[in-house]
Amino acid sequence: MTALTNPAPRRTLLAHLFASLRGALPVVVVVAALLGLWLAAVAPMNFRLALDAAMRGGEDVTPATPDEQGETGLVRLMIDNPGVIPAAYAFERPRLPRPQDVVVEMYENTIGLARGCEFTGWGAGREHWTGLSEGCLRVVNNRRSLLFHAWQTLAPTLLGFAIGTGLGILLAVGIVHNRTMDLSVMPWAIASQTIPILAIAPMVIVVLNAVGVQGLLPKSLISSYLSFFPVVVGMVKGLRSPRGMELDLMRTYSASGAQVFWKLRLPASLPYLFASLKIGIAAALVGTIVAELPTGARFGLGARLLSGSYYGQTVQIWAALLMAALCAAVLVWLIGAVERRVLDRMGLAR
Amino acid sequence: MSAGGNEVLRRTSRGSSKSLVRLGLIAGLVVIAAALDWRAGLLLAIWFGAWGLNTVLSVRPTQVTRFAVPVIFGLTLLVLWQVSVRLYDVNQVILPAPSDIWVEIRTNGPILWADFVQTVVKGALSGYVIGAMLAIGTAIAVDRSPFLQRGLLPVGNFIAALPIVGTAPILVMWFGFGWQSKAAVVVVMVFFPILVNTVAGLKASDAMQRDLMRTYAASYWQGLFKLRLPAALPFIFNGLKVCTTLALIGAIVAEFFGSPIVGMGFRIKTSFGALELAMVWAEIAVAAVAGSALYGLVAWIEARMTFWHPSQRGKT
Repeated sequence: MTALTNPAPRRTLLAHLFASLRGALPVVVVVAALLGLWLAAVAPMNFRLALDAAMRGGEDVTPATPDEQGETGLVRLMIDNPGVIPAAYAFERPRLPRPQDVVVEMYENTIGLARGCEFTGWGAGREHWTGLSEGCLRVVNNRRSLLFHAWQTLAPTLLGFAIGTGLGILLAVGIVHNRTMDLSVMPWAIASQTIPILAIAPMVIVVLNAVGVQGLLPKSLISSYLSFFPVVVGMVKGLRSPRGMELDLMRTYSASGAQVFWKLRLPASLPYLFASLKIGIAAALVGTIVAELPTGARFGLGARLLSGSYYGQTVQIWAALLMAALCAAVLVWLIGAVERRVLDRMGLAR
Repeated sequence: MSAGGNEVLRRTSRGSSKSLVRLGLIAGLVVIAAALDWRAGLLLAIWFGAWGLNTVLSVRPTQVTRFAVPVIFGLTLLVLWQVSVRLYDVNQVILPAPSDIWVEIRTNGPILWADFVQTVVKGALSGYVIGAMLAIGTAIAVDRSPFLQRGLLPVGNFIAALPIVGTAPILVMWFGFGWQSKAAVVVVMVFFPILVNTVAGLKASDAMQRDLMRTYAASYWQGLFKLRLPAALPFIFNGLKVCTTLALIGAIVAEFFGSPIVGMGFRIKTSFGALELAMVWAEIAVAAVAGSALYGLVAWIEARMTFWHPSQRGKT
């Protein structure tokens, strides 16, 4: 019956694909342009380094001495020494690596770590539950693995996000139902968002370590703090979003306070909740990464950033950065997917 | 009429008996805590005393209580912090008392001021202004091409959610240890949120309003400056306000990766290494005041420039 009245399924898969491709085209163009900019910037960024190396290697370069080179403009240098430009792209420790170098680094530090990976069949015991040989597990177990470091960052992020969101929702419920709480806490919740508390995240970690709190908790405390306030503010807005008319309707049904909450306020707040969850999870991830920075954390994406910066391993920094970006994208996308499903089933989808 | 009066009477009497029970429970809790550990009893008494005062004050919110209640709440937290640090003799290295921090601020004024100028004025503010101008300029440039807009908006939204602060080590490597690299981090951090907001704002004017501009034979630039930019201002300010905190975070965190021997991030890092926690907290206090002041300044400018917007009406 539905198939007869609804002609939508008749649109072929190809047409669907084409439509979504057309929608994606501007994004693809913009991303391609950004990548092109990146690639074009590699030569000027690394040129002086490459010129220096070429000179040491005994090649003829146009202003012969380093002093003269220092006084000459970058554009002039590049026009006078076109032969050095390929070297700028193939530099060992570049100031700006090529995009493909970063991708290769990411591959080498994830899938490329596998040695002699084969399917061994599921046997007994914990080691065999994946059914893969030891060599495969290097992809996630190895200390060099970006996936390993990403998980070291993601685990506290997710734990902290869960704690922060839970407490945030509780506080928001309290604020909506208790005027004293509203008046005393709400201004501080809003004001606290203007305070760059993230800057002290590393200190919090070390102090907590000194007190004896170790493991996941210190880092997740930071991420829970950061995801807490967006959720509070968004949830308060959401729980208050029902209009007087809707509240009046509940009263004509002689609904109790709990019924008003479960059947009206909470469902009405979900769109606001999801919007703040997306902000919260991004903030939580940033919080964990920053928390890892100057505390001498050995594992995690923040630790990779810091060690890369200490040893001048730019490619390592870029790879860690790209991994962090991927994590953020996946987390936000996941929440977006849940949001679409939930709001769709509630009939609230836009 | 009398039924309504009875109703009110019944409700108030029920309410007062309920609050009496609650009061008794709280008093019992305080007494039990005091019996176990008098310090915990004192802390609980302070907390519930202040909370009770706030409850009484917020029964009928007026202009004064709306201001007083949060202040009392904040002061209570401060007092609890001070008292518990003193009573339990908490180690300075773990948590200094507010009074210690205040002494640190008073005695190290010049250092804090130099750090403030280095990080906030040179690093954060210059980066903030450059980033905001770049973002608004880009948004106006992109605005003429719907194709670019459709491409840039999702990408910008995506990048705005990324941990951009992670670019700090790269930018410090490129621009050196001075404030320039901090400004660069701030530029990158604030660019995309402001860009996305401005692009959205430039679409905020109604088709009707744009048609009106067309009937006036207004050129593109006239339409932009007289209609669409003013209509976009609430959105732009939204982005600007979000970015005040981002700017400070970017400038401070970038200093963790390398800085001259002045700056808030540098001071936090080195004071922490020397276990001078009071100095760390003093810097945090300065950062908090600077962050709130910056936000307040932008909000004040917003109120002046977008006085016509519904969200601003009746505020001043």
